[in-house]
Amino acid sequence: MATGTEPQPKSSTRGGVRGGTRAAISAPHLRTDRWWLAPAATAAGLLAFVVYSTWRAFANTDYYAAPYVSPFYSPCLAENCEPMRNGPNWEIFGSWWGLSPALLVLIFPLGFRLTCYYYRKAYYRGFWASPPACAVAEPHRKYTGETRFPLVLQNMHRYFFYAAVPVAGILTYDTVLAFRDEHYAWGHMGLGTLVFLVNIVLIWAYTFSCHSCRHIVGGKLRHFSKHPVRYRAWQLAGRLNARHMQLAWASLISVALADFYVYLVASGAFDDPRFF
Amino acid sequence: MSSSYEARFRVWRGDVGGGALEDFGVEVNEGEVVLDIIHRLQATQAPDLAVRWNCKAGKCGSCSAEINGRPRLLCMTRMSVFTREETVTVTPLRAFPVVRDLVTDVGFNYTKAREVPAFVPPGGVGPGEYRMMQEDVDRPQEFRKCIECFLCQDTCHVVRDHEENKTAFAGPRFLMRVAELDMHPLDAAGESGLDRRRTAQDEHGLGYCNITKCCTEVCPEGIRITDNALIPLKERAADRKYDPLVWLGSKIRRRSPGE
Amino acid sequence: MSVVDRQEWDVVVVGAGGAGLRAAVEARERGARTAVICKSLFGKAHTVMAEGGIAAAMGNVNSGDNWQVHFRDTLRGGKFLNQWRMAELHAQEAPDRVWELETWGALFDRTQDGRISQRNFGGHEYPRLAHVGDRTGLELIRTLQQKIVSLQQEDFAETGDYESRLKVYQECTVTRILKEGDRVCGTFCYERESGRFFVLEAPSVVVATGGIGKSFKVTSNSWEYTGDGHALALLAGAPLLNMEFVQFHPTGMVWPPSVKGILVTESVRGDGGVLRNSEGKRFMFDYIPDVFKEKYAQSEEEGDRWYEDPDHNRRPPELLPRDEVARAINSEVKAGRGSPHGGVFLDVSTRMPAEVIRRRLPSMYHQFKELADVDITAEAMEVGPTCHYVMGGIAVDSDTAAARGVPGLFAAGEVAGGMHGSNRLGGNSLSDLLVFGRRAGLHAARYAAALTGGRPAVDGAQVDAAAAEALRPFSAEGPVSGGDDGRPPENPYTVHQALQQAMNDLVGIIRREPEMVEALERLADLRLRARRAGVEGHRQFNPGWHLALDLRNMLLVSECVARAALERTESRGGHTREDHPGMDRAWRRVNLLCRLADPTGGPAATDPVRGQIDLVRETTEPIRPDLLALFEKEELVKYLAEEELHE
Repeated sequence: MATGTEPQPKSSTRGGVRGGTRAAISAPHLRTDRWWLAPAATAAGLLAFVVYSTWRAFANTDYYAAPYVSPFYSPCLAENCEPMRNGPNWEIFGSWWGLSPALLVLIFPLGFRLTCYYYRKAYYRGFWASPPACAVAEPHRKYTGETRFPLVLQNMHRYFFYAAVPVAGILTYDTVLAFRDEHYAWGHMGLGTLVFLVNIVLIWAYTFSCHSCRHIVGGKLRHFSKHPVRYRAWQLAGRLNARHMQLAWASLISVALADFYVYLVASGAFDDPRFF
Repeated sequence: MSSSYEARFRVWRGDVGGGALEDFGVEVNEGEVVLDIIHRLQATQAPDLAVRWNCKAGKCGSCSAEINGRPRLLCMTRMSVFTREETVTVTPLRAFPVVRDLVTDVGFNYTKAREVPAFVPPGGVGPGEYRMMQEDVDRPQEFRKCIECFLCQDTCHVVRDHEENKTAFAGPRFLMRVAELDMHPLDAAGESGLDRRRTAQDEHGLGYCNITKCCTEVCPEGIRITDNALIPLKERAADRKYDPLVWLGSKIRRRSPGE
Repeated sequence: MSVVDRQEWDVVVVGAGGAGLRAAVEARERGARTAVICKSLFGKAHTVMAEGGIAAAMGNVNSGDNWQVHFRDTLRGGKFLNQWRMAELHAQEAPDRVWELETWGALFDRTQDGRISQRNFGGHEYPRLAHVGDRTGLELIRTLQQKIVSLQQEDFAETGDYESRLKVYQECTVTRILKEGDRVCGTFCYERESGRFFVLEAPSVVVATGGIGKSFKVTSNSWEYTGDGHALALLAGAPLLNMEFVQFHPTGMVWPPSVKGILVTESVRGDGGVLRNSEGKRFMFDYIPDVFKEKYAQSEEEGDRWYEDPDHNRRPPELLPRDEVARAINSEVKAGRGSPHGGVFLDVSTRMPAEVIRRRLPSMYHQFKELADVDITAEAMEVGPTCHYVMGGIAVDSDTAAARGVPGLFAAGEVAGGMHGSNRLGGNSLSDLLVFGRRAGLHAARYAAALTGGRPAVDGAQVDAAAAEALRPFSAEGPVSGGDDGRPPENPYTVHQALQQAMNDLVGIIRREPEMVEALERLADLRLRARRAGVEGHRQFNPGWHLALDLRNMLLVSECVARAALERTESRGGHTREDHPGMDRAWRRVNLLCRLADPTGGPAATDPVRGQIDLVRETTEPIRPDLLALFEKEELVKYLAEEELHE
C-alpha cells in the first residue's frame, strides 16, 4: 500500500545505483562538474606530506639548528639525539635505539591525524574512493565502514587527542626556546621564531578544534545550563571545529614548513635572519 | 538581460521495468527554478510526467531528485545556476526503488523512522511543567529543522552503493534523530532502560558511517549533520563502548557520564 | 465492475495535516482502530508551511494573558461572526494542546526561565504565539508524526504489527464519502502510485483536508489545497458555512513570478518589520479602521516604543488583523505607490541587526536569498497579498466537530467553518487544528463505539459509480453525457489555469457584483470544459489524471465562494465588496450555507444561474451573555445589531 507501508522488495544485492529496482541509468553518476578535483587534490596533498615526512623522519640528520629543533624530532627521546641545551631531549630510550629518534615520537601526532574525523573523510574519499565524491558510485563491492577491525579502532581517536596535547605542549616549549639566539642567550628572535610561533598556534588551534576535544570539554553533557563554564568551552571548541578542515591542512603544512626551515638552517643552505 | 530562452532538458522517464533519459526543449523565464520547468513540461509536453512536490518553497522536502547528478530539491534549484547552453539532466533519486519518472519509493525512510524508539517523557513532570533552557534545546532544535527530504539518505554511499546495508543502517537522517533524542534535555529513555548511545551503534548502524560528509553537503536546510549529530553520536557511543576510563569513572562515581 | 479491495476501520481520517494527525492520535488513544489517508507523503502536509506560531493564552511572557483575552481577540479578528462556542473552546483548550506537544517531544523556543516562549502577532493583545523560529508548523507536524510512530511502536510491541490499530495510507486520494441512507459508511479512494481503487469502510469519517487556495492564481497554498474535503462533504450532503470569507495574507512574495504568492511570515512584522510604500512612507497609519482606533499606535514613535514597552504603548498598525493590512497594501498599489513588481516594501534590514534577523527569521532569510536573490538583512522585501486561508468551511457542531446533517461525518481544521468568523488571526490556525482535531477524533471514536445495531454497510453500486466517475478522464474523447457539443478534449492544466485566473480576477481580494456574476458564468463554462478534461497515459502516478479529478472539487468550492460572496452585500473580514464598503450590523447575525443543488449532478450543474449550489441564509445563535460581558459596551455597539444588544 503506497510508499512506506510495505517492506522493501528484495532486490539484487549487487550494483548499487545500477541495482534491480533503481531507476535504470547505466552511468555510475551524472555529475557534470569537476567532482574528481577535490579528492585528487586531497590525495596529492596527503601523499606529498607522507613522502616528505617519511624522508625527514628517517633521515636522522639536520633536525637541530640552535635554538630550533624540528617539530618532527621533538621531544627527542633517545641517546642518539643531537644535544639541545634545555631542549626536550630526554634519553628515555637509552642507547639501544639506533634508528631515527623521530620515529619514537611521530607515532602520536601521526595517530592523532590518522584517526582525526577530518582526515578520515579526506583519505576515505581521496585514497579509498569510498565514496570518491558525493553521488558518485564507489568502486567497492562490499562496504562495512567502521564496524570491523581495523577501522573500528578509529573510535580510539580520543586517546590520540590525549597524547597530542602533551606533544603540543612540548612544541610550545620549543617555541619558547626559540626566543634565544644560537648561543642560547634569551630575548632574541629570528625568522625561525616566527615560523615556530605560527606553527604552534596552528597546532593548538587544530588540536582544540578536534571533535573528540569538543565532546570531552562539553559535548557529552546533556544540560549545558548546569555547566556554564564547560558550555563556554564547548562553544569555543565548536567555533574552532567549524574550521577543522582548514586547520588540519594549515597545521599540516606549517609543521612541514617548520621542519623544512630547520632543515635549511641546519644543513647550512639558509641563514636564519635575526630580528633582534 | 533578456527574460526567456529555450533550455535543453533531459528527464529520466520510466518505471521499475526500465526507462531512459528523454530530451526536451523548454522555455525558461527569469527567476524560475527547475520545478517550474518540470511543471511546464507537464502542462505542455508530457502531461503524465510524474513528479512529487508540495510546497514549492523548500519547506516540505517532497521534490527531491537529482539534477546533473547531484541530489537536490527541484524547487530550490534556480535555473540561473546553469548556463543557457548547458543541458540540465533530471533523474529520480538513485538510492531508492523507482516508482515512475521522477518519483521513487522512499519507504525505506519510513521503515527506519519506526525503528528509532520515540521520545520518552520524564516521569512526574506533567504537561505545562516542562522547563528547558534555550541553550539546552539549541542542539536538538537544529536537527528538528530537518524537512525529511531524504537527500542525505539518498546520497549516503553506505546504502546508495550497497543495497545490502539497508537493513543494518538507519542512514544519516535517522542517526541524527537518535542524536536529537539523546541530546533532548528531558528524554527519559535512560530511566526506562534504553541506552540510545549503545543502540546507535548496535541497532542503527552508526559504525557504517565513515563521516565522508555527503549528507551535510546536500542538506537543503544547512544542518551540520556530520559535525553536530553523527560525530557527537560516535563520541557518545565511544563513551559507552570504547572508553574504559569513562566506563570506570561511571562505575566509581555511580552516575551517568552524560551528566 | 471490478472487485475493489475493502478494509474495515473504526475511524477514517482524511488528511494528515495538524488536524488530521491530532484527530488520529486521539481516536487511536480512545481505542478506535484508525486509518489516516493523505494525498502526500506522511509528514509533508501543508501545515509545515505555517511559520509564526501556535496561539495559546499560556501567559508565559505576559501574565496578563488568559483565555478570555484570547477569546476577545479572536472575536474581534473575526468581526463577531465567529461561531462563538468554538472560539470559546479554542481559547480555553489551546494551552493544554500546546503543553501536550511537549510531552510528545516538541521543542519550542524558551523563555529565560525555561518555559515556552511566546511572540507577538497581528490582532493578539499579548505575546501569545508559541513558536520555533519561523518553522513552527514543521515542528507541529513532526511532533504529531512522531507521536503517531510512537503509538505504532506500542502496537508493534503488543501485536507484532505496526499498523494493527493505526495506519497511514500515504499518497492516496479520497474521491467520495460513501453513505448508507443518512449515515457515513466509508470512503472511496485511489492510490496515487498505482491508480488502484480501494474502499475504507468505517462508520466515522473525519475530514481534515485543509483549504481551497489552489483555486486562486496567487496563493501561498500547495497543490493539495484543492478543496477536497469541502467538496466531499457537499457531495455527502453536508452544508458549507460562510464560504465567501477567504483570507488574503498581506505579505506574500511578489517576485520572481515563479514564487509569487509564497508566504512571508507575519513574524517579520511581529518582530519589528515595517511596511513602506514607494515614497518611503509607513502607510499603515492611514489605514487604522475606527473599530481599532483605540488599540493601535497613532505615531511611528509610539509604535516603535511598543516593541520594548508593550504595557505603556500601543502596537504599530502593521500588526492589524490580516484583512486590514491586505486591503491597505492593495490600495497603495492601486494608487500607484507600489514597488517595482507590484507590491509594497517590507523592511527589517533597517530595524534589526543582520545577525538578529538571521537568528529570528532564518527561513525567511533563506527563502529570499535562495529564491529571489534578496538579502533581507540588507534590503527591503517586496510583498503583496496572497490567497492564504479559507475561513468558511464545513458547518460543524462546536463541541463535537460533527458535520451538520450527516451522522458519522466530522470535520476539523481549515476545512471546518465557523471558528474564525470572517477573518482568522495569525497563530489561531495551528491552535485550531489541535483543539478541534482532538475533539473530532474524540467524538468520531465515541460515535463509532456507540453504534448499536450494526454498522452501516457499503453498497456495491455506490462503489461502482465512484469508480466510473474516477475513470471518466481516461475516456474523455468519447461522447460525454450532459453537454457534448463536439469540442475536443480539454487539457486539465489549461482548465485549471483558467479557473485560477477567473477566481483571482473576479472573486479576489476586492469584489464587485458584475464581476462575480461573470465569475459564475465562467465557472459554468469551466464545468463543461472540466467534464471533457481528458488525460493521457495510464493510472500509475499520473498527475494529469489527479488534476482532472481535483477539478471537480475546485469548481464546486469556487462556486460556493462566488455565490456566497455575491449574496453578502457588506464588507467584513475576508470579504470586501467595493460596492458595499461598510460593515453592516444586520449581516452579523447571518450565516450563508451552501448545499448541493442537485445531488445527482444533472443538467442544472451547467446552468450559470442555478449552478450546482443552493444558498440558504441562517440566523446565528445569540452570543452567550457571560461571553458578551467580556467586552466593553462601546465596542459591542460597533458590531452588534440593536436588538442583540438588548437581549
